[in-house]
Formats: sequence, C-alpha cells, structure tokens
Amino acid sequence: MKRKTSLPVSYRLAVTSRLLAAVVGGYLLASLASVCMALWLPTSRADAVISGMLSSFVFYLLAVIWCFACRSAWRAWVGVLLPSAVLAAFAGLAYWMART
Amino acid sequence: MKEGFRQAMAWLHTWAGLIFGWLLFAIFLTGTLSYFKDEITHWMQPEVQAHPIDDARSLAVAQAWLQQQAPTAARWFIDLPDHREPSLTVSWQAKVDPGKRGDFTQKVLDPVSGQPVQARESMGGEFFYRFHFQLQMPHPWGRWLSTISAMVMFIALITGIITHKKIFKDFFTFRPRKGQRSWLDGHNAVGVLVLPFHLMITYSSLVIFMSMVMPASIVASYGNDTRAFFNDVFPATDNAPALGQPGQLVPLGPLYDQARAQWAGGHVGRVVVNNPGDVNASVKVMRAGADRVVHDFGSTVSFNGTTGQLLRVSGDQSLPQVIGGSFYGLHMGHFAGPVLRWLYFICGLAGTAMIGTGLVMWLGKRQLKHVKSGVMPFELRLVEVLNIASMSGLMIAIAVFFWANRLLPVGFAGRSDWEVQAFFVAWGLTVLHAIFRRGRQGWVEQLSLGAVLFIGVPLLNALTTSQHLGVSLAKGDWAMAGFDLTCLGSGVFLAWAAWKMQRRNVAQPKAERAQSLVFKGEVN
Repeated sequence: MKRKTSLPVSYRLAVTSRLLAAVVGGYLLASLASVCMALWLPTSRADAVISGMLSSFVFYLLAVIWCFACRSAWRAWVGVLLPSAVLAAFAGLAYWMART
Repeated sequence: MKEGFRQAMAWLHTWAGLIFGWLLFAIFLTGTLSYFKDEITHWMQPEVQAHPIDDARSLAVAQAWLQQQAPTAARWFIDLPDHREPSLTVSWQAKVDPGKRGDFTQKVLDPVSGQPVQARESMGGEFFYRFHFQLQMPHPWGRWLSTISAMVMFIALITGIITHKKIFKDFFTFRPRKGQRSWLDGHNAVGVLVLPFHLMITYSSLVIFMSMVMPASIVASYGNDTRAFFNDVFPATDNAPALGQPGQLVPLGPLYDQARAQWAGGHVGRVVVNNPGDVNASVKVMRAGADRVVHDFGSTVSFNGTTGQLLRVSGDQSLPQVIGGSFYGLHMGHFAGPVLRWLYFICGLAGTAMIGTGLVMWLGKRQLKHVKSGVMPFELRLVEVLNIASMSGLMIAIAVFFWANRLLPVGFAGRSDWEVQAFFVAWGLTVLHAIFRRGRQGWVEQLSLGAVLFIGVPLLNALTTSQHLGVSLAKGDWAMAGFDLTCLGSGVFLAWAAWKMQRRNVAQPKAERAQSLVFKGEVN
C-alpha cells in the first residue's frame, strides 16, 4: 500500500472502519466460536471449554486477515458479523436444547 | 487495499509490526533474558550460597520456620531449591475473610541454616520475567497489553509468511552490504530460520492467558460459577475449608516421599499447605515443571494434613489439557537443560532481531524520499526516536540495571526498588537523548554507551565482589562466569554495531546511499 502525501478522508475512514471490524468484530467472532465449541463439542465440559479457548485465536486471526483482504470496508463488517450471527444462532440452539 | 491479497497482507504486516514493534522488541528481549532468570538472580545476589540439594532437610527447615513465623496463615507455599535456584523460598498468605485474597509474604531461606538468607535485596532475573508479561503496569493491565501484543505478533507473523512468497528460495539469498536489501534479507532469514519457534512462542503466549482474555466460553458453559471450571480442570485446587479447630500438622518429609513414589521418582517442585494450623489442614505436593515438557498444573498428590492420609492423586490430562500444557511448557522451557536453554536464548534473540530489523526497515525505506531535502517529517522523526530508544536505549537500561546492582550499597534501604528505578530512569534518558541527537549520531552514541556498559560488567563484578571470571571459571560456577561472558559478548556486539553505523555514516555520501537503496516494490 503506497501512502500518498495526502490521503482522502473517505480512505482514512474506510481503514478505520476495517480496523474496528477487525479488532471488535474479530474478537466477537473468536468469542462466539469458542462458545460454540464449548457448548457443542462431545467431550467433557471442561475439555470443550479449553478446546474452544485454545482455538479461538485462530478464528481471530482469520477474521483480521479477512477484514484487510476483502474489497471494501462494508464487506469486512459483513464477513465478520454474518459468521458471528450464525455462531450465535448455534450457541442459542445449544442453550435452548439444554433448557428443554 | 485494492491491489490484491498479498499486497493487503504486506500492508497489514507493515503497520501491525510498526505500531507494536517497539513494545514487542522489549517483550521479546526481556523474555529471552528470562530463560536465564535464575542465573541472572545468582549473579545479582552473589552472597547466596549454593548447597548440595537435600529436599528432606529443606522441607524440615521450611516447616519449622513457617510453624514459628506464620502458624495462622491461610496457606503456605514451599518452593524447594533445585540445581539452578539454590535458595529455599517460603511464602504464605494471610488469613482473611472468605472470598478475599490475603496478602502474600515471601522469605528466602538458607536450606541448611534455616535462617533468612542475608543477601543484597534485588529482584534479579525476576524483574525481566515480570516485566516480560506485566510491563510494570498494575494488575491486570500489563497482562492484557502483553497478550494483545502477542495477538498482533501472531497476525504479523502469519501475514509476514503470506507476504514473503518465495520463503525457502529467499532464505538462501543474503545480499550483504546492500543497504536496505541486506536488512530485508536479514529480517527474512532470522524470521524463517526460527519460524517454528516464533509460531510456538507467540501462540503459546496467547494460550497462557486465554482464560483471562477469552473468558466467553467459560461463562457460556459454567455461568457465573467460573470457580467450578477451575475446579474441574485443576481438582487439586478444590480445598477443604478450615473448621476453626486447632490441629497439629504432620511432618512433611514422609508425604514428600509418598508423592515421589507415585510419580516413579519424579521431582517435587512445590509443597502447599492449606490451613496449616487447622484440624482440616491439607497438603498438596506438586510436581516440578522441569520434569516434563508438557506442563501440568494439576500434577499433585494431596494429603490430609493432620493424619497424613493420602487423599488424591491427580489423574492423567485429557487431550485438550495436554495441548494447552504443551504450549505452556514449551513457552516456559522449564524442562530445558543447558544446551536447549541456550538454544531457547538464541531463538529469542533471533526473534528480537527480527522485530528490530523490521522496525529499521520501515524507517529506512521511508527516509529515502527525504534524503535530498534533509528534512524529515514529524512522523518519521518520531519513529526514529522510538526506534533508537526502544532498541539501543533498552540495552543501556538493562546494563544500568546490572550496574546499579553492584554500585548501590548492599545495606541500602529499598535498594531493590532503586535498581528498578535506575532501569527506567536510564531508559527515559535514552528517549531524551534520541530526541536531541540526530539519527545515526543517536544510534552510534547509544550503541557505544551500551557497549562500554556491558563490557564493563565483568570488570565491575571483579572490582566489587570476589567472584570475578578468574574465580568463577576456576570454580566451575558456570552461571556466574556465563553471565560475565555473555555481558562481554553483548558489549562486543554493540561495539561492532556502533562501529558499523559510524563507518557507514562517514563512508557513504547521502546520494550514493540513496541509490543503493533503490528497491523493487516486491514487499509493501
């Protein structure tokens, strides 16, 4: 990425937006992935939690890479929030199954 | 970010590396020093006598001392001496209301006399170890910041690999004396050469604090009762509460023998006594981390403290626990013998060098545009100041820390804190110096000062103690001699670096240097 002497404001905003998507959205995605593994893995409760935590950082990494590799800042957010929503649904399903 | 995947990853690598590079440099260098934590402490407390290891005697001494000094404590911790750490450390936690954490007190005892060791007050290698992950910040902010840095390091590593497409071909390409090219080749070479170490050390640092930084799954699975999670993972920490009736603790020696028999002769690292003065006392004998690569926090044999009855032997770890424990054990390197420990040290230095060369390259490439005008924009100047202070400045601060250890009077009140202050004052002064001196001149002067200080360490040691190189080498005290020799070597290296910087400055006119730096836009 070449830096010109003055970058347009829209570009700076887009980079800030990607950064936020990567840091905040990525953490959300990583957390939800670890929660899903903790609730769904067919091992003991503690082992499922440990496995979730152990692998969460890989999800974080992938989210960050996606946020800076995709074509626009909007795609960055969609690419992080959509899988997060799916994971949240799975986690909710696990909760609901445990309840009933 | 329109150029394609690799370019986008190069951008991410560049900026993540820059923003966290200075902090990561300090974390890597102090972490590398921590592999010789005990040896550094040995040098910084030369009064501590090493005795042949006798665990039975150490345990009896510790128990007698704690019985006298802290009979009402909530918990005792006895850390037995080993061949690297000659002193017996006892600590205890004051009894307070349930749910609160009582204050810890720590004493270092002589394992033979049973009296507190009379040595100069100093944090020794513990300072670097603590700084490495707590960054001298209040709990828990330092741990958070260092773990966030680790995540950035992880991102920088992976994006670096993606950016660097011809990873093995380029590894055999080193173009010395080609200015910017050589820096890039060096950056790639140290990066690739110890890549497995980098990946291991970075991912494991995330794993070490994962229950702090990624607690969502614990909360989701255990609700508000996070204690239950830790009780599941480490059953040995689930202790019987005190009953409030006085009890008599059994001698710890026989429990120690029983525990070792359970582990087929494995070594004991620590003995914990819960509620030592209570009828419900319990004793946990914990295995030494140096026994195995895979760390197991829960590797414990528990006893009833008043009857001596064996309560529980912790079982085998499950697979996820083995994976987590491997990361932890590999990161700490407790199991490493001398050769492997040096390898850890060298790999750590390589990581430090990779971060340093990256920072230098970032600036070098951008400085080119301003060579003709000779005026650097503010942000480049800022990066330059931070580069100088975070690298050569940190080395000076480390050397000053060692100098302070020898120069502050032994009986000086609060001398341990003064050593630490000397470190930070020196570091702060190097920032000021870098602000007031221009570019290379700042580098040359700081590297030279660092060289003088480090080369002076063995001399200073000879002047202030009776354990100079002649004595320590003859005695076979390799920790003491190794420390002096490593300082000497570091000083020579810094002198070489200063000389290179100086020579380059004089030999090459600016325009010529700019030409040799013309650069294909392959990376970034």
